[in-house]
Amino acid sequence: MMEPSAYLLLSGILFGIGVAGVVARKNALIVIMSVEIMLNGVNVAFIAVGSHLGDPTGSVFAFMVMTVAAAEAAVGLAILIAIFRLKETVDITELSVLKW
Amino acid sequence: MPLGNLASLSHFLPELAVTATILLLVVAHVVGGNRQSAVPAILSLAGVGAALLLTALQASVPAKSLFEGMVALDGFAVFFKALTALATIVVVFLSMESEELAGRSQAEYYIFLLSVLLGMFLLSASTDIVMLYLSLELVSIPSYLLAGYLKGGGRSTEAATKYVVFGATASGVMIYGFSLLYGMTGSTHLGEIGRALAQGEATTPMFLAAVMVAVGFGYKIAAVPFHMWSPDVYEGAPTPITAFLSVGPKAAGFAVLVRFFYTVFATPDAASGAWVLSPGVDWTALFAVLSAVTMSVGNLIAVKQDNVKRLLAYSSIAHAGYMLMGFVLLSPAGIKAILFYLVVYLFMNLGAFYVVILVANRTRSEEIADYSGLGSRAPFAAVSLAIFLFALTGIPPFSGFIGKVYLFAEVINKGVYWLAVVAALNSVVSLYYYARIIKVMFLEDPKDKSEIAVPAFPRAVLCLLAIPTLVLGVYWEPVIRMAENSVKMIAF
Repeated sequence: MMEPSAYLLLSGILFGIGVAGVVARKNALIVIMSVEIMLNGVNVAFIAVGSHLGDPTGSVFAFMVMTVAAAEAAVGLAILIAIFRLKETVDITELSVLKW
Repeated sequence: MPLGNLASLSHFLPELAVTATILLLVVAHVVGGNRQSAVPAILSLAGVGAALLLTALQASVPAKSLFEGMVALDGFAVFFKALTALATIVVVFLSMESEELAGRSQAEYYIFLLSVLLGMFLLSASTDIVMLYLSLELVSIPSYLLAGYLKGGGRSTEAATKYVVFGATASGVMIYGFSLLYGMTGSTHLGEIGRALAQGEATTPMFLAAVMVAVGFGYKIAAVPFHMWSPDVYEGAPTPITAFLSVGPKAAGFAVLVRFFYTVFATPDAASGAWVLSPGVDWTALFAVLSAVTMSVGNLIAVKQDNVKRLLAYSSIAHAGYMLMGFVLLSPAGIKAILFYLVVYLFMNLGAFYVVILVANRTRSEEIADYSGLGSRAPFAAVSLAIFLFALTGIPPFSGFIGKVYLFAEVINKGVYWLAVVAALNSVVSLYYYARIIKVMFLEDPKDKSEIAVPAFPRAVLCLLAIPTLVLGVYWEPVIRMAENSVKMIAF
């Protein structure tokens, strides 16, 4: 069994990159990609802890997260295609029909 | 002991009924294509009605843990299952009347609606973070599609885009919090995590986990500062879906918020029947501040809205703030007050949205200015809307008042006076913008004097929503007793 701390650090870095992408980027496509990076960071943490403890639950949880991420990406991309057809852009700062 | 998979099935009938209805709707969609018919709506009504009856039968069953500890069957879960099923039935009625949805594929719409219902059933009952995450996504993902259901309409598609971006991010942050909890305790079961944390030391990851999980749940109940999606989504989505999102998923969000924080970051204190905080994370103070900020932001921004749907969106944010007051008190009476408020809120909020749908069917507008003279154009609808709005304000003798009395009483009882004062001031602010709609309806002359006919069926549904709103204001004993019995949660 390896010490999980290196993997947990990696997971934290991946999650941080994802959050930075969500906060900083304006392209909705990139934002959805960044969310996927966040989820991958989560997966690394689950698998590292699960393997350290010898507990299969961590790996199973990672599978569940992957499944949900796929569903979320499918729905997200479908919605982005719908908005692109209407506005010819997926820049979230330009979606301003609805505002305060 | 948790029941095994096969033994659990006989206690899982409401969920199975909803699942069977979803599958039948898929068949109906394949057979009927995109044809317009009332079949999918009637099928959904039958399915959800059956689920509601089966849930009622579970009310007297002793609490059990099902599917190897994944899902709980307890009074708390049964209460929320009944509440969300009832909300879904009303929303099906709303959808049948809505002209926005006419001409769109019907079966698909009800498939998504019932998928959200299934997700809410499981969300309010999950006792394991794997199950909790999956059911939260089962609520969220079809909601994105429903918000964008008016495909080709700019507002609806824009709403769906914002919803999916915010929702995916919030759930990503939440699941990172879950991974921290799993790392600290080595378990995914809420009860075991709670026991491990109660014995351990206070650590930074524990605090981080609490905050990150609060982001995910805060987004679901639209608490400030995770509310930014909700006004846009509520305004852009088809109105029946707006009504649905403001009641159903919000109630389920409160269910999971209470169950999660009261099992993981607090432990029941057998002597007093209340809960004590686990060491390290004083989340009650955090949520007390969130509650005050949520109700103030919701109410203050609602004041200057000109669109009724958007106004009701901010009002629903404010109501989440009121309900959060009951959440921070760690007492059974606080939770009881939340449960009672959710019942009252269901009737008054869905009722208000129903009138908005009926008016928009005719005027194609949701601007408050177009409600002028509604009192003479459609007296029945206008009087009903006035009832719902007064109830939302919390004026006696309407039911909203009793809901607020229970919340305020417990806050004062626990000595959190500042929060009670903030909430009281907020109620005054809310009177201003609710009364503004009523003033426009009854005191201003209509631009267009033609009558807005309200057919018999919507009239009957409006009565069914208005009568509980009025009756619960004078005779609330059975509902409050039901709420009291539903506070019991299990965490094995």
